[in-house]
Amino acid sequence: MKTRVFVTLKNGVLDPQGKAIHHALEGLGFEGVNDVRAGRLIEIDHEPGVSQDQFEEMCRKLLANMVIENFEIEQKG
Amino acid sequence: MRAAVIQFPGSNCDRDMAVAIREVTGAETALVWHRESELPANLDLIAVPGGFSYGDYLRSGAMAARSPVMQAVIAAAGRGVPVLGVCNGFQILTEAGLLPGALMRNAGIRFVCREVKLTVENSQSIFTSRYQAGEEIVIPVAHHDGNYFADEATLDRLEGEGRVAFRYAEEVNGSARNIAGILNDAGNVLGMMPHPERMIEAVQGGSDGRRLFEGFIREIA
Repeated sequence: MKTRVFVTLKNGVLDPQGKAIHHALEGLGFEGVNDVRAGRLIEIDHEPGVSQDQFEEMCRKLLANMVIENFEIEQKG
Repeated sequence: MRAAVIQFPGSNCDRDMAVAIREVTGAETALVWHRESELPANLDLIAVPGGFSYGDYLRSGAMAARSPVMQAVIAAAGRGVPVLGVCNGFQILTEAGLLPGALMRNAGIRFVCREVKLTVENSQSIFTSRYQAGEEIVIPVAHHDGNYFADEATLDRLEGEGRVAFRYAEEVNGSARNIAGILNDAGNVLGMMPHPERMIEAVQGGSDGRRLFEGFIREIA
């Protein structure tokens, strides 16, 4: 089984990398882009028995820094 | 006096830190590998050095903060053993929860490697007693992730409790309220991005970092 964890910066936390990507997109001539925020995708291959609670604990203990980041867990089956 | 410098895979300021501690304080200084689950007995100082522990994988300091030796460092800090984290060491201490906030990518994106002016904010701690409050000193920085972030309530509390040890006296990395170094609430843990161990004698370009170690031995003597 695979589960994806998306880690993103909280609203209000400045994202210099997202800003640089935004500028680069504009430099390439792409129009209409309002804002870019960069995050991280972590794909976990695991046994079926790993629970949602355990994934949340993984996020809180290691995968995300709760001071600046949020996480979202997506079970792919 | 006895000190330990923690070594992670990717640490690169560990030897400089050990030399600075030995040179200035005369402490018997052990290098302790990250896989150790115990620290030497009766330590007067634990230093978490700069570098790129675990290649900065996931987030700077994130992997190191969960290593076996850090569990021992957290326990020692809780017993009141002084802990100094410099650069990557500061990142590790925030990731380990010993200090509040987080160190994010520099606002200007670039790695910053140069001497910077700092203002000493707190001259009452065991690490800063050889400085004057408000004094300007010069210490080098070398980091990519030194942009200090904490929520407004935490920043207000740090300032209100006198826990901002050093502030940048110039724009360096976008840090909230120009914070360069902070203390924990008990005052025995200091994290700072600038490298005092790189400024202990004139041949290094200055000695403003030396007083941090001199003050420390005076305070714990």
